[in-house]
Amino acid sequence: MTTKISIQQVGKVFGEGHRRVEALKDVSLDIADNEFVTFVGASGCGKSTLLRIIGGLEYHTAGEVLVDDRPIMGPGADRAMVFQHYSLYPWLKVMENIKFSRRLRHGRENLSEADVEAASGRADALLALMGLTPAAEAWPNQLSGGMQQRVAIARALMGRPQILLMDEPFGALDAQTREVMHDLILHVHRLEKPTLAFVTHDVEEAIYLADRVVLMAPRPGRIDTIYQVPLPAEREQDMKHTPEFLHLKKEILARIRETSGMKTDQGMLDQLNMEGSV
Amino acid sequence: MQTRPGTRPRRARPKSGRPGMWAIRGPLSRRQYWMFAALGLLVPLGLWWIVSSGAAVDKVFLPGPVDVFKRLVTWYTEDDLLSDMGISIYRVTTGFLFSAVIALPLALMIGTFRPVQAVLEPLTDFIRYMPAVAFIPLVMLWVGIEESSKISIIFIGTFFQMVLMMAEDVRRVPLAQIEAAQTMGAQKGETINLVIFQAAKPALLDTLRVTMGWAWTYLVVAELVAANSGLGYSILKAQRFLQTDKIFVGIILIGLIGLVMDQLFRLAHRKAFPWLHLRS
Ligand SMILES: Nc1ncnc2c1ncn2[C@@H]1O[C@H](COP(=O)(O)OP(=O)(O)O)[C@@H](O)[C@H]1O
Ligand SMILES: [Mg+2]
Repeated sequence: MTTKISIQQVGKVFGEGHRRVEALKDVSLDIADNEFVTFVGASGCGKSTLLRIIGGLEYHTAGEVLVDDRPIMGPGADRAMVFQHYSLYPWLKVMENIKFSRRLRHGRENLSEADVEAASGRADALLALMGLTPAAEAWPNQLSGGMQQRVAIARALMGRPQILLMDEPFGALDAQTREVMHDLILHVHRLEKPTLAFVTHDVEEAIYLADRVVLMAPRPGRIDTIYQVPLPAEREQDMKHTPEFLHLKKEILARIRETSGMKTDQGMLDQLNMEGSV
Repeated sequence: MQTRPGTRPRRARPKSGRPGMWAIRGPLSRRQYWMFAALGLLVPLGLWWIVSSGAAVDKVFLPGPVDVFKRLVTWYTEDDLLSDMGISIYRVTTGFLFSAVIALPLALMIGTFRPVQAVLEPLTDFIRYMPAVAFIPLVMLWVGIEESSKISIIFIGTFFQMVLMMAEDVRRVPLAQIEAAQTMGAQKGETINLVIFQAAKPALLDTLRVTMGWAWTYLVVAELVAANSGLGYSILKAQRFLQTDKIFVGIILIGLIGLVMDQLFRLAHRKAFPWLHLRS
């Protein structure tokens, strides 16, 4: 397997003086071409920051990030990003949102009729893939949260990015919708073959989707443990109840608790319960 | 044990579960809305009528609705009301348009580039607190007493507020929308034109609507400057001749024109941004 993204001793410091935050310290990770990697960890451990650095939206203050052996220079169409929310363009209908990236290129290159038609075909295909065909002419604010995220994913895929970066994309969705989205994103991953880096706070989601789960720890943000997911490549919802799955989930949850630096104070809980029962 | 709805003991309930119009943020049908709106207009009118027709009240002090209406008619037939309205509307719109045309690109730059913000915002904030009226002597000195001086005053009165409010509108564009464009390969100019400006448009139009109202308040001030026509000028002149009814006509007309313009802005908002007006 060839390495797609190579993160080498990356550090990131925000602010100066007493405002100084070491969001990332000495983070190294190689992500293979077409690999699906998920990132979990206590909030504030630098997951978003790492993803944004890969996306070119933030610049690291130490180390190197290579994509295809070249250092990244700002954001680019090869690394599309899907955000948790508010990223769709409310003034564009669903179809126009998906075609947004085409509109950008249109001004720069002289596209032939055939190119325009091919783009149109791809937009239609993505629309169908995401189950959005009936919503093509709807405004984004007419759609449910789940549908909106489908549009965001379709829009990100439109430019055939080699890398798809997703920062808690399903964080605002209810549990049922999220399950549907999981199988959809796995399908997209098989079909379009992007390299996928996916941040989540849901450990079950992290295991179900990934080839590898990267657990990060805070203060300073760093990689704590990398777990290889012991499940077959083809995932099915039932696998969530297998002993291997449950065991890994338990292990990761325990480790997140350990690294987050917050202990549950049993004495305090007991006291609260006592007061509640009086 | 499972319970079915029918088997549950019935509790005493109010006659209808529907919240009435006096519930907090309760519903109001369209008909009820217009009924209340009419009430809100007719009650003050009626009170005005009653108070002004009292024997003890001098017409010079408080003219009645009928006097005011009669004055409106004579102003129209004898004093060329339309040209007074026309020139005032012209001054307000021109001053306002100048403001808008200069404020818009500035606000886009302030809201997009931090260095521009650092250079312009504190300065604008400072000037904004200087009373526009106090600029009149300067305007007369620099611009003269031509038409342009009145337009300048309206410009001074609206421009600085407009820039700051519009810059805020631009800054409120969600970062995710901007960054999504960047990760789709948008260049700087494309991001500004195709995302930031588009996303801020509805808020910008609202800001224009609000500042249009302020432009009208500065009209009277502007027409203090050696004007010899216009609604504001007529109000000031009427005061000199104790034509209280004419003052009333002028004030009411300015209010009505403002109301019409406000409604036009709202209409434009509905037409230009249909996705924001899907319900109702
Ligand atoms: N733009 C920023 N300016 C200052 N500090 C930031 C900024 N972005 C993130 N941080 C800090 O960096 C740390 C990591 O943040 P983040 O990457 O968002 O964590 P996560 O996504 O894992 O919750 C946090 O302490 C956060 O407060
Ligand atoms: Mg985050």
